[in-house]
Amino acid sequence: MTDQQFAIDVADMTAVYHEQPVLWDVDLQVPAGVLMAIVGPNGAGKTTLIKCILGLIKPVAGQVLVQGKPYKDRRDRVAYVPQRGSVDWDFPTNVLDVVEMGRYGALGWWKRPGKRERDAAMHALEKVGMAEFAHRQISQLSGGQQQRVFLARALAQDADIYLMDEPFQGVDAVTERAIIDLLRELRAAGKTVVAVHHDLQTVPEYFDWVLLMNIRKIASGPVDEVFTEENLRLTYGGVVAFMQAPNGSTAAAVDTESVA
Amino acid sequence: MDTVTSIAVLSVLPDILHDLIFDYTLRTVALGAAVIGIVAGALGAFAVLRRQSLVGDAMSHAALPGIGIAYLVTGRKENLVLLTGAAIAGWLATLAVLGIVRRSRVKFDSALGLMLSVFFGFGLMVLTYIQRRPDASQAGLDKFLFGQAATLVQGEVRNMAIAGGLALAVLLFLWKSFKLISFDMDFASSIGYPVRVLDVLLTTLVVVAIVLGLQAVGVVLMSAMIVAPAAAARQWTNRLGVMVLLSAFFGALAGVTGAALSATQRHLPTGPTIVVCVSAIVLISLLLAPNRGLVWAWFARRRKGEELRRTLAAADAAHGGPRILIEENS
Amino acid sequence: MSDAQLDIQMIAVVTAAACAIPGTFLVLRRMAMMSDAISHSILLGIVIGFFIVESTTSPVLILFAAAVGLLTVMMVEWLQRTGLVREDAAIGIVFPLLFSIGVILISRFAGNVHLDLDAVLLGELAFASFDRFQVNGWDLGPKGLWVMGTILLLNVALVIVFFKELKLATFDPALAASLGFMPGLVHYGLMSMVSVTTVGAFDAVGSILVVALMIGPPAAAYLLTDDLRKMLVLSVAIGAISAVLGYWMAHWLDASIAGAMATMVGISFLTVLLFAPARGLVAQVLRHKRQKLDFAQTMLAIHVMNHEGTAEMRVENRVDGLDEHLHWDTQFTAQIVDLARRHGIVTESNGVLTVTDNGRQRAQAAMVR
Repeated sequence: MTDQQFAIDVADMTAVYHEQPVLWDVDLQVPAGVLMAIVGPNGAGKTTLIKCILGLIKPVAGQVLVQGKPYKDRRDRVAYVPQRGSVDWDFPTNVLDVVEMGRYGALGWWKRPGKRERDAAMHALEKVGMAEFAHRQISQLSGGQQQRVFLARALAQDADIYLMDEPFQGVDAVTERAIIDLLRELRAAGKTVVAVHHDLQTVPEYFDWVLLMNIRKIASGPVDEVFTEENLRLTYGGVVAFMQAPNGSTAAAVDTESVA
Repeated sequence: MDTVTSIAVLSVLPDILHDLIFDYTLRTVALGAAVIGIVAGALGAFAVLRRQSLVGDAMSHAALPGIGIAYLVTGRKENLVLLTGAAIAGWLATLAVLGIVRRSRVKFDSALGLMLSVFFGFGLMVLTYIQRRPDASQAGLDKFLFGQAATLVQGEVRNMAIAGGLALAVLLFLWKSFKLISFDMDFASSIGYPVRVLDVLLTTLVVVAIVLGLQAVGVVLMSAMIVAPAAAARQWTNRLGVMVLLSAFFGALAGVTGAALSATQRHLPTGPTIVVCVSAIVLISLLLAPNRGLVWAWFARRRKGEELRRTLAAADAAHGGPRILIEENS
Repeated sequence: MSDAQLDIQMIAVVTAAACAIPGTFLVLRRMAMMSDAISHSILLGIVIGFFIVESTTSPVLILFAAAVGLLTVMMVEWLQRTGLVREDAAIGIVFPLLFSIGVILISRFAGNVHLDLDAVLLGELAFASFDRFQVNGWDLGPKGLWVMGTILLLNVALVIVFFKELKLATFDPALAASLGFMPGLVHYGLMSMVSVTTVGAFDAVGSILVVALMIGPPAAAYLLTDDLRKMLVLSVAIGAISAVLGYWMAHWLDASIAGAMATMVGISFLTVLLFAPARGLVAQVLRHKRQKLDFAQTMLAIHVMNHEGTAEMRVENRVDGLDEHLHWDTQFTAQIVDLARRHGIVTESNGVLTVTDNGRQRAQAAMVR
């Protein structure tokens, strides 16, 4: 290990779910300021990895350091965007209220949110282009809008590191563009972004860093070096069809049906 | 409610209002029912939103052995002692359900049904055991089964109000946290909220609400007071705060109306009457609530259909021919 | 054992068996709480039936009660379909209402007639032996035994005849529908079976404790087997055993028989939960302990393999300091390294571990899904 301080440093982590190992001895160093994709087939442990980093699942071995400290001490520097489907969108609340939840960590568990929190939430909504929806009931949002609300909530946390579980899942092309622009803006501001991503074709275009995994780490590093045919084959087990993208980089499409 | 009863109710309405204010028994019962309705309504809103509607049902049944065992252990029959026992039993049953689901493949619904009936059966065994003992005077224990609102006295209502007030104060104090864990447990955990503690605390508050109502409404019907006001309130609003207030209001309204009706009509038991009242509120809400209500939705669909037809007709006229309508899958 | 005692136990066993059969499907279909709802709301059916035929013993009551049971199911499904309330809330709204209407009707109109609310809800098996079934003066045994016996036979016959349909509709309703099995029909058939069984069991165990007999034994059996046939048989057996033991517990304590039977169901479930061969808690703990050592050795092999030939190999694969890397207890790490060496998974030279071919195979096998 070098002296350089990583945004996230996962060491020798093994995690078990329902008595079955879902992560085997994963080592992962994420340098600060990268935009990283986590790529792998269904059931590869991508969500588990994120939840382990966040301390939501306790690994059976190994440890996680965030900015060189245990997650507990760096909690306020990390923002989390769960999968959109993990919450009940018929919950009686509006957009602004959900985004305001991003400030709850800073508020502590009994202090009430006030004007400052409200302003921060509004500001975050403006960034994702949802300001006019602030008072909309959340059940009336489209999938892409729901995703933007979750992103705004993470922005309101004003963190250094953003962990996102499938931020592009079920969103339209326009929203996808808007989201990726936002993620690039975050990177430009020196933030670290880690996102579970499914569309292999867009990995080289969207991200500069990548982790390929399938219950163990296959490879991680800069996209140019690591996102190779060989590594993808190791990750997906040979069901990847390769195409030569116009810009010369390798893009790949996966027959997800046969992988799942 | 049939027409005859409705007319009877209307004709005695002034008397009921008079009695509500001046008649000691009715005033006490109505106040008690209102307290139960407010507390159960407010906390029930969270139970319903967290998909734990039937946990209330299980808890109220499971409280029964606590009453018997509290009596056996302490030899006392004061409400406070018995209800504390009830609360502990209801709480244990809930923990048992969660434990079974976590540690085995038995699903939530099975664990709930099992614990509900087994605890209730055990309670029945304990109560009959007490009744058949020569030294025990049995009166006062079985009232919890069906509830006897008429036996409420002012002191008890005051105690109920204090306990319920405390529960609501905790709810208010931790409002933001309870909202957060009800909406997004994982996120709450990721920003460092003690979700396990908050979860157990919220469950405990629901137990308190149920136990408060046992004496007046009874084990069997208390579950309705947790679910129905909240389900009705959800139809009228999209805001959590308003929903909780409305739910408390509906609970109180049903409680007072039910208590008043049963006091003025002969052979109209209080608990079931309150349940019928609260169900009527649910039905009205499902039908008439703006935006979500069924009648409202029916009109909205019709309007939309007509608009579509008009647009198509206009398009037809423009293009000079019929077109195929592709139904949108909504 | 007196004749009356034998009668009571026979009724109890037959009731438990009759309940366990539809209960098995309820548990598998995650509809256990529907039995709670039906067992409450059929009170209304009994009351209505009672007003019409003016008898508490007529078999017509069963039909009315079963009809209200089905009404409960339909009302819950209708509420759910509106999209305005979820299933659990729908159940929690419907059955208290129907039950309340039943209670109000009893107290308003049947106050002077014998329709004892307590007996209906709580059941009293102790007197079941006195109610005899007589034809032309011949005593054919207690009536309760005949009623429950008939229902049991009916349930057994239905399950045997429609086994394939029930199985398919339970495990794969979509496939069942595409094969033309009409899962909706199977669903309502099953709900009718639940309703009729619940009404029949009323006399014996009371409405709320029917739930214990319907859910408890199948839930216990579910921890013992994956085979639907075996689960049905085990459910019946566990129900029957609980019934008999419950009877003697009640006898010994001089307490409610129905209550004691439900308690016994709970104890049976707890016993199975603790001691079931593969899925019991004790088995889980033992397996976990064994697996932990096994698993930790595999993990060690993978760890050593992962860092083989890398720059930080000398640091990562060093015996001392390994505990820190893996975040393990020092003593535990020493134990695992020792075990892994003895099993030929790793070898040590100059304090640095290398994985053997054997260990490599083991690690690779573990990482293939």
